[in-house]
Amino acid sequence: MAASSETMLKKPHVGKKRKPPTRYWEGTEEEGKNDGKKQKEGDNNEQTPQQNNTRTKKGGKRGGKRGGAGKKVISGKSDPFPGSAPVPEEKLNKFKRGVKGELPPRPQYKLRDVVIRSEAASDLAQKQNARYDLMLPEDAGFLEGDEDEDTCTISQDDIVDAVDITAGAKYFSLTLSQFGPYRLDYSKTGRHLLLGGRRGHVTCLDWQSKQLMCEMNVMETVNDVKWLHSEALFAVAQKKWLYIYDNKGIELHCIRKFNDVLRMQFLPYHFLLATASATGFLQYLDVSVGKEVVAICTKAGRLDVMAHNPHNAIIHLGHSNGTVTLWTPNQREPLVKMLCHQGGVRSVAVDKTGTYMVTSGMDKKLKVYDIRAYRPLQSYFLPAGASCLSLSQRGLLSAATGDIVQVYRDVWGIPVTKPYMAHRAKGSVWGVHFCPFEDVLGVGHGEGFTSMVVPGAGEPNFDGLDANPYRSAKQRQEWEVKALLEKIQPELIGLDPSQLSQVDHSTWEQRHVDRVQVLGFDPLAKEKFTPRLKTKGRSSSGKVEKRKKQVAHEDQRDVIRQTVEDRMKIDKERKEKEKKKAAAAGQKSALDRFRK
Amino acid sequence: RRDSSGTSRSNWKINTMIMKTNNSIYLCRQSFFPSRNSFFSLIFSIFFFLMESLVCASFIHIHAMKVKVLSRNPDDYVRETKLDIQRVPRNYDPSLHPFEVPREYTRALNATKLERVFAKPFLASLDGHRDGVNCMAKHPKSLSTMLSGSCDGEVVWNLTKRECVRTLQAHEGFVRGMVVRFCGTSFFTVGDDKTIKQWKMETPGYGEEEEPLNTILGKSVFTSIDHHQKEGVFVTCGQQVDIWDEQRSSPIRSFSWGVDSFSCVRFNPVETELLASCASDRSIVLYDMREATPLKKVIMNMRSNTLCWNPMEAYNFTCSNEDYNLYTYDMRYLDKPFTVHMDHVSAVLDVDYSPTGKEFVSASFDKTIRIFPKDSGHSREVYHTKRMQHVISIKWSSDNKYILSASDEMNIRLWKANASEKLGLLAPREKAAVNYSQKLKEKFQHHPQIRRISRHRHLPKSIYSQSKELRVMKEARRRKERNVRKHSKPGSMPVVTEKEKHVVTVVK
Repeated sequence: MAASSETMLKKPHVGKKRKPPTRYWEGTEEEGKNDGKKQKEGDNNEQTPQQNNTRTKKGGKRGGKRGGAGKKVISGKSDPFPGSAPVPEEKLNKFKRGVKGELPPRPQYKLRDVVIRSEAASDLAQKQNARYDLMLPEDAGFLEGDEDEDTCTISQDDIVDAVDITAGAKYFSLTLSQFGPYRLDYSKTGRHLLLGGRRGHVTCLDWQSKQLMCEMNVMETVNDVKWLHSEALFAVAQKKWLYIYDNKGIELHCIRKFNDVLRMQFLPYHFLLATASATGFLQYLDVSVGKEVVAICTKAGRLDVMAHNPHNAIIHLGHSNGTVTLWTPNQREPLVKMLCHQGGVRSVAVDKTGTYMVTSGMDKKLKVYDIRAYRPLQSYFLPAGASCLSLSQRGLLSAATGDIVQVYRDVWGIPVTKPYMAHRAKGSVWGVHFCPFEDVLGVGHGEGFTSMVVPGAGEPNFDGLDANPYRSAKQRQEWEVKALLEKIQPELIGLDPSQLSQVDHSTWEQRHVDRVQVLGFDPLAKEKFTPRLKTKGRSSSGKVEKRKKQVAHEDQRDVIRQTVEDRMKIDKERKEKEKKKAAAAGQKSALDRFRK
Repeated sequence: RRDSSGTSRSNWKINTMIMKTNNSIYLCRQSFFPSRNSFFSLIFSIFFFLMESLVCASFIHIHAMKVKVLSRNPDDYVRETKLDIQRVPRNYDPSLHPFEVPREYTRALNATKLERVFAKPFLASLDGHRDGVNCMAKHPKSLSTMLSGSCDGEVVWNLTKRECVRTLQAHEGFVRGMVVRFCGTSFFTVGDDKTIKQWKMETPGYGEEEEPLNTILGKSVFTSIDHHQKEGVFVTCGQQVDIWDEQRSSPIRSFSWGVDSFSCVRFNPVETELLASCASDRSIVLYDMREATPLKKVIMNMRSNTLCWNPMEAYNFTCSNEDYNLYTYDMRYLDKPFTVHMDHVSAVLDVDYSPTGKEFVSASFDKTIRIFPKDSGHSREVYHTKRMQHVISIKWSSDNKYILSASDEMNIRLWKANASEKLGLLAPREKAAVNYSQKLKEKFQHHPQIRRISRHRHLPKSIYSQSKELRVMKEARRRKERNVRKHSKPGSMPVVTEKEKHVVTVVK
């Protein structure tokens, strides 16, 4: 019975195979027919359950096959967003390094391969960096007023009232009226504060916990104070010499080579302390080995305005004749001399990216320069002029006029009319400094020190391997060793710090000049013609002169012949090109037939 | 939160009202969470005033002013317990990392200096032979086993313990060649006594005599032996190249091409049926084992001592020549070598490839070992010691880490293939640091200072002066040729490249 049922089952299958393939326009009719057949089969099946089983098995197989084909996507649907999520363009640009060059030509396939692979790697790195930006834990601070309220009218007390206790505690004043006015410096991590009173009072403290590290009076005039690479050492420019103390206040060094220092800047990646003195000397001290790197006589009189470019470690000096000069330790002359003001320059500040320089002068102006192109961008008139300038990590500018500290936002963009914030200190301001990685502006003045809260000043996310405010002693030690190991040599200071990674495309002429300098003679120079001595009166001076002239004439003819040939060749090539072009243009347009 | 900052003014007012009705304690630390619906905001604000003590961010509203000040919770940045590792939050913003290139350059410079500081390649000297060591063989299955044959007998070494495991008197007179069978259970030796002997790798048990498995008496002296990679077939050379079946006592095939003696024969490790041999008539002859006659030969200016096939590139082999150079040939194009490797100052006696096929090591009569990248004309490394005499045989270990050299003064020396490499297991961070510094060195390798340091090698005075002398001679020859060309008819003195100079002819 089973055999008979099988034969019955086979019949319709064979029939199906012989049919022509179904067309979509025939679909409805066919379906109807099939349905009828199925109905019949169903009738048969009812009689033989075994038969039914085999059928379903086959159906199952077919289904399985279909499933196999669609296994790539289990649900049968395709992913509407294939691949990884795209990274926004501006975020990618933030991590862009350099410009992609052209690939080497195909014959240099090995080099081409290397270049392609390295570019793919850097692209990947750029993308991953941009993606990581999403994971940064903190957002920057901000201050927004009411619709018709200026943010500069908001007082520090209002802000302190509004924010939480820890943030509010960052607004405080130290009344130190005895030894002022005060200069100040924050350490690289922003954790520690160093104060130096004009009349000898030097103190350093962990300003967040208000813990005093040391306090002393050096019994001398203090011109400037500066933290060195870590919070363990600081330099004090005193009346005569430069001194270095540790954070317990113990005098470690008195450096007699550095006299009458007025201003100091520390270059953290080079371990260089740059000092500007009253005698017009710009000196560099390598603090890792304790040696003077170079002393440059600027011949510009008393140097009491100094800033450094954090992007390329170039020192900016402001002079009384209104110029700002740029210096490296490698050159005795200034790299650049800019006339910025009509009066003397009072203060200079350079932004983190090394793009903008802000100067203020005796002519009561505040000017913004693009120091990549040495181009003035903005010029503002301040009624009283600004005595001290400081730029924050996020580009806020603080300018002190008398006892008022004003903070401006985005001075290099659209011309600013109103300050972002303002604050009146108790005495005339002597130094302002933004605290790194905090929304804090430190103001040193005649009556002590004030720490102001300036929302949006600090970089919200620090890099733990570079400057970590929360580092432990062990981490600091490790960082110190690493930083010392990768101390950049002073010879590498230049206008463009990335120049070292660029290919040196020296021209043939330049290489030839170098070669001549090395060899001491020009190997490609033409030999001078010396006429041979001839007898029988043929070497009389007139004849010799004539022969010389002949040779010179011949040489000249050669040169002329060569140039004429070259010119003819170029002409010929050009003509051929034109001819080709004309031919191509003649063929090109189908609409030419309508032209008159 | 930024999105929510643009809410309507009415919302603000309602909330300020609530603030005033609330407990005045909260006024110093109010947190505001605006919402679009004023009704909801009423409920929300009450709720959040209660929750507020949990919220540490300071996003605030007072007098319709909005302010946020950076206020970090130290718990997010400091490790919880002393058992944890320190937290290191990263921010890859390039403006926070100035002087990227100069710092990398400094790191590369330091890495290069450290590489030279740690370059201590010499590991051990295996002494025990009582005559000069003539040949060596690697064990195909065991890294720690090595065989050496001297001018009087031969020895099996254990490298990890650096001691001799077994000594046997194999031949009378020199042991000329030895090779371990591909399975590693036995090995073959040939010697000056005109015999080929097969030995068991296992040490004979107590009381058993040290006897060869097989001994074949040949007609002439054998100079070299090599075994097939997969089959029981081996090849010897002497007066002719013989191919032997292990089961038979006479060669299954013999090749000779008008030459009276061969110095070296090697099977190709990839194309296993191919062979190459160095003959004393300055030629290198190629054979196919399946054919009755040799394939072709190239005749050079001077005699080649040994050759070695590249284990990764089936077509390429390198031969060590008497004229102080090594030549890498593509066996398809024998008319000129594709690289000439110069630097030795005396005849090169042996050559062996690294298992990666990227580099090879050569032993020379000038008492030095040099390591060459396979496509570079000059060596990347030179090893020498005061006591090492003419190096006769050299092997690169199968794990690519060590080099073994056998020299005239009865010693076998063990060297690191990479002079400054740290041996043993590396911690993951160590490994990452090594890779990073390697990449940096690569990136800045063309900078003059780094290049000078990485290329600096101390050489024995004799070799230093000899190489200088050779350089002068070469320059003089070049100059002379140039002058001759200058003063002869244009085209009559064709320029012959360095590669073409050394090949006399190719015979097929």
